[in-house]
Amino acid sequence: MAATDFEWERPLIELEERIRELESFTDQRGIDLSEEITRLKRRADQLREEIFANLTPWQRVLLARHPGRPTTLEYIASIFDEFVELHGDRTFRDDPAMVGGIARLNGRPVTVIGPQKGRDTKENIRRNFGLPHPEGYRKAIRLMEQAERFGRPIITLIDVVGAYPGIEAEQRGQGLVIAEAIMTMSQLRVPIISVVTGEGGSGGALAIGVADRVWMLENAWYSVISPEMCAQILWKDSKRAPEAASLLRLTARDLMELGIIDGIVPEPMGGAHRDKEATARNVKEVLVRELQVLEGMDPDALLEARYQRYRRIGAFAEGQSQELASRREDGEEGQVPEEAGLGGQAVTGVGSPPAPSE
Amino acid sequence: MLKDLFRGRPRYATINPTPGESRQEPRPVAPKEAPDGLWLKCDGCETILYRKELQQHAQICPKCGYHFRIGGWERLEQLADEGSFTVWEDHLASVDPLGFPGYPEKVVQAQARTGLSEAVIVGRAAIEELPVALGIFDFNFVGGSMGSVVGERLTRLFERAEAERLPVVVVSAGGGGARMQEGILSLMQMAKTSQAVARYRRCRMPFISVLTDPTMGGVYASFASLGDVIIAEPGARIGFAGPRIVQETTRQVLPEGFQTAEYALQNGMIDLVVPRPKLREQVAQLLRLHL
Ligand SMILES: [Zn+2]
Repeated sequence: MAATDFEWERPLIELEERIRELESFTDQRGIDLSEEITRLKRRADQLREEIFANLTPWQRVLLARHPGRPTTLEYIASIFDEFVELHGDRTFRDDPAMVGGIARLNGRPVTVIGPQKGRDTKENIRRNFGLPHPEGYRKAIRLMEQAERFGRPIITLIDVVGAYPGIEAEQRGQGLVIAEAIMTMSQLRVPIISVVTGEGGSGGALAIGVADRVWMLENAWYSVISPEMCAQILWKDSKRAPEAASLLRLTARDLMELGIIDGIVPEPMGGAHRDKEATARNVKEVLVRELQVLEGMDPDALLEARYQRYRRIGAFAEGQSQELASRREDGEEGQVPEEAGLGGQAVTGVGSPPAPSE
Repeated sequence: MLKDLFRGRPRYATINPTPGESRQEPRPVAPKEAPDGLWLKCDGCETILYRKELQQHAQICPKCGYHFRIGGWERLEQLADEGSFTVWEDHLASVDPLGFPGYPEKVVQAQARTGLSEAVIVGRAAIEELPVALGIFDFNFVGGSMGSVVGERLTRLFERAEAERLPVVVVSAGGGGARMQEGILSLMQMAKTSQAVARYRRCRMPFISVLTDPTMGGVYASFASLGDVIIAEPGARIGFAGPRIVQETTRQVLPEGFQTAEYALQNGMIDLVVPRPKLREQVAQLLRLHL
């Protein structure tokens, strides 16, 4: 078992190793073991199904953080015909934790932006573990405004634990620049598609995630707070992150149910790192299809739809003033038919995602 | 019982004289969490202060100028013309969309403690006789955090202000940032309120954002940073990441005055630091310069 494999995969990985052994035995000795191999393969398929069909939210968080998971630049290399990386925020410096540039998607120029994690320790240090500083977000804003000037659609690939919580990051306006990025994205007159490919950590993710369409990979997570920090706040114990992961409802399926995302990009069995090219193909398919729909839209209609996409998000009761609430506690309830409650059920946005464009 | 109340589907309808609007007098504020009794120690200079005296000084230490946090109703009294406030959207109430443990109880306790229905109250008011659309946060309400109700109230505030061509003043005290207990729905309120500010800008009326102690995380990283003019109270903590997180991540000693209003002013992130007794006058002056 490799260091990057998970404990819960162990029976499967051992079985896969056994199959490989038998296969090489067949090749080397010329003994026909195909019956046994077929039997084991069937068992492996079964096991894979059992393990990966019922992953817990925390297991998905771990898959999203798998060191072998494709990074933004790897997706870019696989998905686009060509790519020119552009650098710098024109104010302070180039942030290697945020990459972006102009690419070609099936012949069509687009702007691509996303946080970039490192492949190894050395690159991770250079890229600050993919945690952008304000200048990273300023670069993103610059590239998005550039895209708008040339009518280029924007694609953001999101994989970020969060905006970097550092002294200089605070000094240079981390909060302010996130607000500006969010506001800018809400106003751009070109189509925007976001795909959460790995981690969607709070404001640092949303800052590049205000889009006309938002998709998530099957094992990605997206949340207001990381499970560790949530566990720290709730129980003063970050080791209880697995429990917090379940509470926060941060999986792709959760966000689909909550009406936050438009679709889920399937991953190969076992996670994106098991077959990077297949994962990239799945992402590309979604991008091409969604772009086709969005490019047909008039910019005013596009902006209005984007506004409404976020305008409707929120869960609250309407028509429930405090006086009424306390009256109910006194027992004066049930005088009005349930249906008349109107706002009582106005859980706006929840469970009503925009129709998938299929 | 409480849970029923929050899980949605209350079995009654509300009939307001004018939907979404009701005149409301400031309710008496329950005693704050601060230690009871006649005396308390100043967090700024450790002087023992007489509580009455502090009240007469807008909750500011007469010795060192330390600004104690104040509640929503007290802020309203200090900032708006007497009796000018009409509350909007008070009928929007929180639900518990994720079934988050302890959340309904937390909200009910906060309501009892603050006398407010949620972490922000919005409405129409006048400041030195100038009509404004006003939003006021209370840190004592779940840390002044922004969940669905806060996001919706602020959004409606900006939308209505645009329709009625009113300037907007929002006094933030959103130390809790985006409200954890509503998960991703809270995060999305950052997008909802920020785009509302962008739309509001079309009407060319000013949005004055006042940051008070503490304004952090998702509140700071959305509408509160998008004011045409950003004012902060002296000493107010303003920032994105909490100081403990910054310290744990960087393992560095935080600089003197890190994330204070003065620090933000020096770093070019805000326009003005204005002491509480001057706030009303300063806001009014800025409003007049836009009329
Ligand atoms: Zn003092």
